[in-house]
Amino acid sequence: MADPAAAPLRHVEEVMGTVFSFDVRGGEPAAVRAALGEAVAGLHRADEVFSTFRADSQISRLARGELTVGQCAPEVAEVLELAAEAERAGEGWFSTAYGGRLDPTGIVKGWAVERAARRLAAAGARGVSVNGGGDVQLLGTPGARRPWRVGVSDPLRPGGLAAVLSAAGTAELAVATSGSTERGAHVVDPRTGRPAVTDLVAVTVVAPRLTWADCWATAAFARGSQDGLRWLESLAGVEALLITAGDEVRCTDGLASWLG
Amino acid sequence: MKRSHPVRRAVLAGAATVSGIVLLLSLKPGTDPGAAAAAGGAAPPAAARSPQGGRDTPGADAGAGTVLLGDEVRTPYGPVRVRLTVSGGRITKAETVRAPGGGRSDQVTAAAVPRLNQAVLSAQSADIDAVSGATYTSAGYRESLQSALDRADG
Repeated sequence: MADPAAAPLRHVEEVMGTVFSFDVRGGEPAAVRAALGEAVAGLHRADEVFSTFRADSQISRLARGELTVGQCAPEVAEVLELAAEAERAGEGWFSTAYGGRLDPTGIVKGWAVERAARRLAAAGARGVSVNGGGDVQLLGTPGARRPWRVGVSDPLRPGGLAAVLSAAGTAELAVATSGSTERGAHVVDPRTGRPAVTDLVAVTVVAPRLTWADCWATAAFARGSQDGLRWLESLAGVEALLITAGDEVRCTDGLASWLG
Repeated sequence: MKRSHPVRRAVLAGAATVSGIVLLLSLKPGTDPGAAAAAGGAAPPAAARSPQGGRDTPGADAGAGTVLLGDEVRTPYGPVRVRLTVSGGRITKAETVRAPGGGRSDQVTAAAVPRLNQAVLSAQSADIDAVSGATYTSAGYRESLQSALDRADG
């Protein structure tokens, strides 16, 4: 082996009803492996704490009034605070209170992926890519001469890519996609509580942090192409690619700078 | 729609789209054998056979290839030309070089760039590390491009 430190450490973990893919480069191998174990354990813990499908999760018990936020794991207060921030910025299009019931599902996955990625970077990894079911957080670089590169899958051409984005020139980049293809219409319009009526089949948001990119993709998807694009354009440091059911591609003015 | 999409089908889909888009751009024929073949609609780009297809190809190489300038295409939003950089038989860069100015048209023009990007980059030749898309189920993952990347050696 020419350079053992450059060999990628890959790991695939099934959690939260989807699959998380890790690609970690560099760092001291033992330290990075230990951090990977912690990151994976952290995903399972987040699922236990935040799953609305589990009647005994802390979030379910909190929703039923059996627990207070103070009695929950510290992550609960952290996530609820982030969710409140997302609701403010989302202009009513992002919500954690579907049908009057507490449901922070829309923010948990992105937050959990970002946290897992940061844990690995903090352990000394030079490059980290964590993909949580299609939402990606990138940190650092995979190699000295190469940036991380992410394909955006084309919802209307299965197996094809709508674009390729490069993280060249930045130490953190997140790519989140909200769409209706894989799991049916799973984005709910917070104003009606029903599946969002939208002309979009996918929204991909590019921003430094996946916690936000994921929320903005969800909110923009519900808003539709025209209003969604206008709103995304107004957010600082956020670029986006929108694909409509009519097979049109729209994007923010600055997206081109990330095309690789 | 059936959810199975093996990589081979991805390449075919990519090739089909390439023909359409490249025809639309009417690139000067004969400048590059790979592009000319694609423009004829007969063959996929030589991307998969690219000698530079390794995972560690530096991005800087993108500037080193043959540059093809598309004819001016009249669109409802104004005239647009597209410049492609072809390196080792693979299109490494696609950009609009003449864009209509002003307001709404800009968005439409910008939108043409990833469209083209999509057309020329089949998943196998795109040299990517991860794939972003609508959340997949565990079953969907097994047939996803991401799962193919996770099994890669490099």
